[in-house]
Amino acid sequence: MAEQIKRPRLAVFKFASCDGCQLSVLSLEEDLLMLNERVKIAFFPEASSRMLDGPYDVALIEGSVSTPEQIHHLAAIREQCDTLITIGACATSGGLQALRNFADHDAFVQAVYPHPEYIRSLSTSTPISEHVAVDYELWGCPIDKDQLRKVLSDLLAGVVPRIPGVSVCQECKRRQKVCVLVTKGEPCLGPVTRTGCGAICPSMGRACYGCFGPAEPSYPARREHANTEALSRRFRETLHLSAHEAAHRFRFIHSYVSPFKEAGEETGEGET
Amino acid sequence: MTTRNIEVDLMARVEGEGALEVVVDKGEVKDVRLKIFEAPRFFEAFLKGRHYSEVPDIVARICGICPVAYQMSSVHAIESAFGMEVSETVRKLRRLLYCGEWIESHSLHVYMLHAPDFLGLDSGLELARSEPEILRRGLRLKKVGDRILTVLGGRAVHPVSVCIGGFTRLPQTNELRSLLDELHWAREAAKETLAWVAGFEMPDLSPGYTFAALSGNVYPMNEGAITVSRDGTAHDMSCASDGFEGHFKERQAPYSTAMQCLLDEKPYLVGPMARLNLNAASLRPVVREALAEAGVELPLVNPYHAIIARSAEVLQAVDEAIELIEDYEGLGTGPGEPYRPVTPKESVGTAVTEAPRGMLYHRYALDADGRVVEANIVPPTSQNQARMEADLWQMIPSILSLSDEALAAACERVIRCYDPCISCATHFLRLKRVAA
Repeated sequence: MAEQIKRPRLAVFKFASCDGCQLSVLSLEEDLLMLNERVKIAFFPEASSRMLDGPYDVALIEGSVSTPEQIHHLAAIREQCDTLITIGACATSGGLQALRNFADHDAFVQAVYPHPEYIRSLSTSTPISEHVAVDYELWGCPIDKDQLRKVLSDLLAGVVPRIPGVSVCQECKRRQKVCVLVTKGEPCLGPVTRTGCGAICPSMGRACYGCFGPAEPSYPARREHANTEALSRRFRETLHLSAHEAAHRFRFIHSYVSPFKEAGEETGEGET
Repeated sequence: MTTRNIEVDLMARVEGEGALEVVVDKGEVKDVRLKIFEAPRFFEAFLKGRHYSEVPDIVARICGICPVAYQMSSVHAIESAFGMEVSETVRKLRRLLYCGEWIESHSLHVYMLHAPDFLGLDSGLELARSEPEILRRGLRLKKVGDRILTVLGGRAVHPVSVCIGGFTRLPQTNELRSLLDELHWAREAAKETLAWVAGFEMPDLSPGYTFAALSGNVYPMNEGAITVSRDGTAHDMSCASDGFEGHFKERQAPYSTAMQCLLDEKPYLVGPMARLNLNAASLRPVVREALAEAGVELPLVNPYHAIIARSAEVLQAVDEAIELIEDYEGLGTGPGEPYRPVTPKESVGTAVTEAPRGMLYHRYALDADGRVVEANIVPPTSQNQARMEADLWQMIPSILSLSDEALAAACERVIRCYDPCISCATHFLRLKRVAA
């Protein structure tokens, strides 16, 4: 037994989310079996009743922070794990539910629940990185299985994972898709959106809606931001979207992360 | 100690976060609480003001396991509000998309989440040691569902092609036909799955369910009338002037972030068992034969038999997917217009479709520009919640001799029969303002 190589311990945690990114782990198919051999899946409540205590070598976190308890839970997880990877839009930017960050929270709770006094939730939905140090971020709503596979196999091989930050337009061109912005006048977010999905929206004849978050052309240097200002101007001036409509394009899946956050604030006169 | 507090802090192998609390005093069950602590996300609130075209992408995010169900109920409700109908091609492709989701969601539950309970395992992955071929069959079946979703929608989770009026793109015939080899394999695998789960040893429990599901000429997915069976007779409730919300009413429990829905003040069951029992007449012949071969007789009345119903529906969905693909016209002439033009108007629309876990109700009020004024969503898990608690009230007295740990595990197993999707239940949204 002493000679047996100790397998790294993997944990999967959930915060406020739809479970779709965790599901990507279970959808690795054949590779899931291999992963199960190469790591010890120590904590993954959605898949197993056996929940082992930490420490963990790698933790995957899905979901955003949106209740007071979650802040404490997250701090405890950070202490327990060596490498922390956020999976998906919610964990990485606050997700779609971060739309609440721009609204009156009490009005939201009252709008949804007849007994708002039973509900304990924060007025914001925030990314994991706003509370603890994050080692790697996998973007996407949902994440791309192949990116997950790559990050995990890199880590297991002792290689520093690199997650591409360039615009999805590059992938779209490589796939020889017809540009929906130029040819159909669709308000496509592709030019400012991070690659990773495989350019599926233009492939399906529609505009990208930015579910992989803002591109970071010089990632990991993170000095250069996607030019949302120019794209928003194009939406308004060439495609004749109202300021409100243009802002709504950005205020969607990743409303709470720069520069989508700022681009989402360009609401027109008298509009919200 | 005459009072026992039995708690499960975090239920495993369910989607989302829930806990269970049972209080037993002097041999009598005093309280059963299914406590959902999944964080609320307030979808109904932020749908307000969004354009109708954004709704399918928003509501998909309520659930990563059944996003298609949310997309389907939303497009049907909004199309009904705008008084529009979709083409026959679109109608069939939506059924095919739903087949993909049922195959994916049910296979995941049967193999990875539920079967371990009958095999004495902690997780489906443990089958890798004892019966690797069975685990492979389950993962491959799930993948067949994922592939249908990917061909039609670009990806399996949160597909992108569903829109009001149709799809943003229709598949080429050869893309669909490329799925056939795998679907033919899946038909055999689904039969084997059904035989496998029908052989599991299952505890006896007959809580005397009221079943609720859509029912009609075809096995229900996107269409059918709301039907309820009580005392062995099926009643069509859909024609009632007050519709779904007139009969099915939600209430909020202080210990849960999800709403509970009751039918005329009483718990009821939605999902695969309810569908199967109320739609035995529209089952495909291959499913009837497989059920007969496995010695399964309808109606199913024991919650543990849900895994049989789910497996039967995988076979139903695979067999129908094959037919839909083989019949798909479009070769040579191209598949035609992907969607019909939309003319928004001030209106209200409702729809119920059959999510993998049961009826999913949506209602939208829209303004003249097609922006959402009000939204109400009732997911299947909040409908089953009261039923889960009722099952436990009924079962616990017969297993009081068990240790706390064993009793808690037995309770968890009952809950798992329902395949509860807690993420959904919490994120149901209603914009009816109750507080001033």
